[in-house]
Amino acid sequence: MTVFLTLVVIALFGITLWQMSKILKLSQLKNADNSQVANDKDNDLQGKLMLGFVIFLYVLTVYCFVQYRSFFLPESASEHGVDYDQLMFISMVLIMFVQIITQGLLHYFAYKYRGKKENKALFFADNDKLEFIWTIIPVIVLAGLIIYGLFTWTDIMNIDEEEGDPLIVELYAYQFDWRARYAGEDNELGKANVRFIEGVNTLGIDASDTYGNDDKITTELHLPVNRKVIFKMRSQDVLHSAYMPFFRAQMNVVPGMITEFAYTPTLTSEEMKNDPYMIDKVATINKIRREKSKKLVAAGEEPLDVYEFEYYLLCNKICGVSHYNMQMKIVVESEEDYEAWLKTQPTFKEQLSAQASN
Amino acid sequence: MSAIAHAEDHAHDDHGHHKETFITKYIFSQDHKMISKQYLITGLIMGIIGIAMSILFRMQLAWPDHKFTIYEVLLGKFGEDGVMDPGIYLALVTIHGTIMVFFVLTAGLSGTFSNLLIPLQIGARDMASGFLNMISYWLFFLSSIIMVFSLFVEAGPASAGWTIYPPLSALPQAIGGSGAGMTLWLVSMAIFIASSLLGSLNYVVTVINLRTKGMSMTRMPLTIWAFFVTAIIGVVSFPVLLSAALLLIMDRSFGTSFYLSDIYIQGEVLHNQGGSPVLFEHLFWFLGHPEVYIVLLPALGITSEIIATNSRKPIFGYRAMVASILAIAFLSTIVWGHHMFISGMNPFLGSVFTFTTLLIAIPSAVKAFNYITTLWKGNLQLNPAMLFSIGLVSTFITGGLTGIILGDSTLDINVHDTYFVVAHFHLVMGISALYGLFAGVYHWFPKMYGKMMNKNLGYIHFWVTAIGAYGVFFPMHFVGMAGLPRRYYTNSNFPYFDDLADTNILITVFALITAAAQLVFLYNFISSIFYGKKAVQNPWKSNTLEWTTPVEHMHGNWPGEIPSVHRWPYDYSKTNENGEYVIAGQDYVSQIVPLQEGEEELHH
Repeated sequence: MTVFLTLVVIALFGITLWQMSKILKLSQLKNADNSQVANDKDNDLQGKLMLGFVIFLYVLTVYCFVQYRSFFLPESASEHGVDYDQLMFISMVLIMFVQIITQGLLHYFAYKYRGKKENKALFFADNDKLEFIWTIIPVIVLAGLIIYGLFTWTDIMNIDEEEGDPLIVELYAYQFDWRARYAGEDNELGKANVRFIEGVNTLGIDASDTYGNDDKITTELHLPVNRKVIFKMRSQDVLHSAYMPFFRAQMNVVPGMITEFAYTPTLTSEEMKNDPYMIDKVATINKIRREKSKKLVAAGEEPLDVYEFEYYLLCNKICGVSHYNMQMKIVVESEEDYEAWLKTQPTFKEQLSAQASN
Repeated sequence: MSAIAHAEDHAHDDHGHHKETFITKYIFSQDHKMISKQYLITGLIMGIIGIAMSILFRMQLAWPDHKFTIYEVLLGKFGEDGVMDPGIYLALVTIHGTIMVFFVLTAGLSGTFSNLLIPLQIGARDMASGFLNMISYWLFFLSSIIMVFSLFVEAGPASAGWTIYPPLSALPQAIGGSGAGMTLWLVSMAIFIASSLLGSLNYVVTVINLRTKGMSMTRMPLTIWAFFVTAIIGVVSFPVLLSAALLLIMDRSFGTSFYLSDIYIQGEVLHNQGGSPVLFEHLFWFLGHPEVYIVLLPALGITSEIIATNSRKPIFGYRAMVASILAIAFLSTIVWGHHMFISGMNPFLGSVFTFTTLLIAIPSAVKAFNYITTLWKGNLQLNPAMLFSIGLVSTFITGGLTGIILGDSTLDINVHDTYFVVAHFHLVMGISALYGLFAGVYHWFPKMYGKMMNKNLGYIHFWVTAIGAYGVFFPMHFVGMAGLPRRYYTNSNFPYFDDLADTNILITVFALITAAAQLVFLYNFISSIFYGKKAVQNPWKSNTLEWTTPVEHMHGNWPGEIPSVHRWPYDYSKTNENGEYVIAGQDYVSQIVPLQEGEEELHH
């Protein structure tokens, strides 16, 4: 591969040089006009290329939307994500509409009005009406988008702990991993500060705060379906960002403060795995992995594992050398499964006494 | 008007008699044209370094499992056995961003063309203070040297991202690059800011005071408007970055807690208490966002001038263009929060910043529409500079439109810090501003070096770059919408991203081709300086004042009196009532030509 690439680069470089010398020669031989200012012939060719370029742009656009449609995230697994996707869809349609029209006009004009010696340009310096129209149209459209966006934003970001029976979970970030802390029976997190970090108390929970006794610290994030979760986020060292793309959720995790985000998961991990989109996607990925594994085995290395989809949380704010591998598995399951799983996890108090008895 | 009076007695100064030595002419020159060339060449060299870095990390992203000897050759111990170290990957990303944004697109673009064009296009002998101008360049040079030098420190250069958010940038325990590398980065940037401020103050003073007779503000070319407003934004916002950097230096070296609080790292609790990284983000982006326009406005100014000249038509809606520049400048200082929607700041602030951010789309849209209308019914002379200008409008639209998505606080939640953002800002400010730089170089090369650049090489350069740039950044949006975070050393730890690998290879191949095309430009640039065809005085048949100066450079720009100005700079293809050109047989009327008999001045 390396050799191949080096060869490609060298070849490209060679072709460039060759073409350059050829063009230099051509430009000197063919015409006496070497003023280096575009003449009618240049205008004609470049104008046509402009038309070609906009066609390239359109083809590229269509290609990307068709070929890469499997890249779009699947249906949202959270309640507010449905509104998010709707707003994204509307904005996308709008900007693609404007994109196609304006790029078309720009390049078409560049082609249509390519210069000729005998042509005369139109002295057209101003037109208040025209300018008014294209000021007011963006104003109206953007006003619509702003209002729509702001309503959705307020809905998402207004976190009301009193409403319903939300689950309180702390997301704790450090170089380079995540922990989740469940608030336990009392649904109230114990106080915490990095100054309490010692031994098994890796999250710095204040042992004198009784609310903390029943807290449970886990390495996986399990969430009951259809119940609102409020995440309280804390960082131990540097900035991190808790990014949960399948739930259309993200919030930075900032040392020295507690940031919040809330959502209601609506699709269990099982449901997402059995979604036709996801079945296809996983099949494609596994095909790629099998091919890669073949090469690896041939080179005497371990093959890759077969991939099975799980929700994940990833760090999305540069946080150090292993930033690229700071992830946590998320499982969305039924209320009963969630309770059963949570029972198997030790409380903070149990962990402390286990440490003491050792 | 005092400005005019001043310009007049300036005209009687005798500028020609200084004895020039090699050193005063080529090194410590106070002549704006020489300083402009110094900026350009330094900027291009920094550009080569910046682009080379992007090639290295793009290769890593495309082929994470392959070993490339080139890593070991270029990165030394950070590329041992051809495997790139994850820390150096982040350093490359960081320094690439810093160099491209500040050293190439701020100093290389605005420094070059503000210096070259402000005195020439407003009819001044030189900048208001040639000495400060010289200091400004040499400070820039010094900061470039320090930045390059920082690449060679033991623990690696700064690697906390070009935004250097603390605590990562403040704590050497958090990442190796936050030691000596970061210190040098901060020192370099502090000097850079001083350089930028000296330059900007000079530009502002020159534009206000040294316009020649008849050059009212509404007769200034749009280039000058853009440089003038850019300088004002720079003066307003760069000092804030300096204070942000100073506080960071204090946190790093003197144990203060402006940005740090409650940190446990490497088994140790730090004493810092009460600071907030969010404060740094506010200070940083108070410069960081206007910075986008500091980069972009000069490019748009250059484009306005080039599109009008090469369309043989007045720029459409001169007043609207000026108003847009002013509106963008004003709004650019109140939108910084859109980088911070999910930083933990109060969500209400997010609503306010969404509002102001989407407002800025309006003047931007007006500018784009005006460019398109300027082309309409023109007689387009498709010189390489013109192609790059049209290319700029194209990437400005494409990149600007995705800004509507990112500027919406709701939509930002799920695409924040993904490759969608990377694609967006590279198109709208990176590629667009680079096109502006190239357009400017092709257009004003005859003015700078008295030679013409080869147009055919220019065409090759443009088309390969245009296709390559879209090839790199258009698919990148889709990779971003898959939720792929930026600044990941490799994506192979998430099998979910396995199907993006081919697209990443495609992007890298386009990047390699595009970078190779820049060699064509370099070759053309250098060979034209020495062997280019000698330029005539006004090769593009342009109206502005710089084309009334002699081809050979002279101190003081014009032999004899400074010309006075009688009209705006966009009288292209202006006709009398009988349909004839104002000056028979010539489709342009230079600004120094008085109104002809029976000609009406346009109240644009």
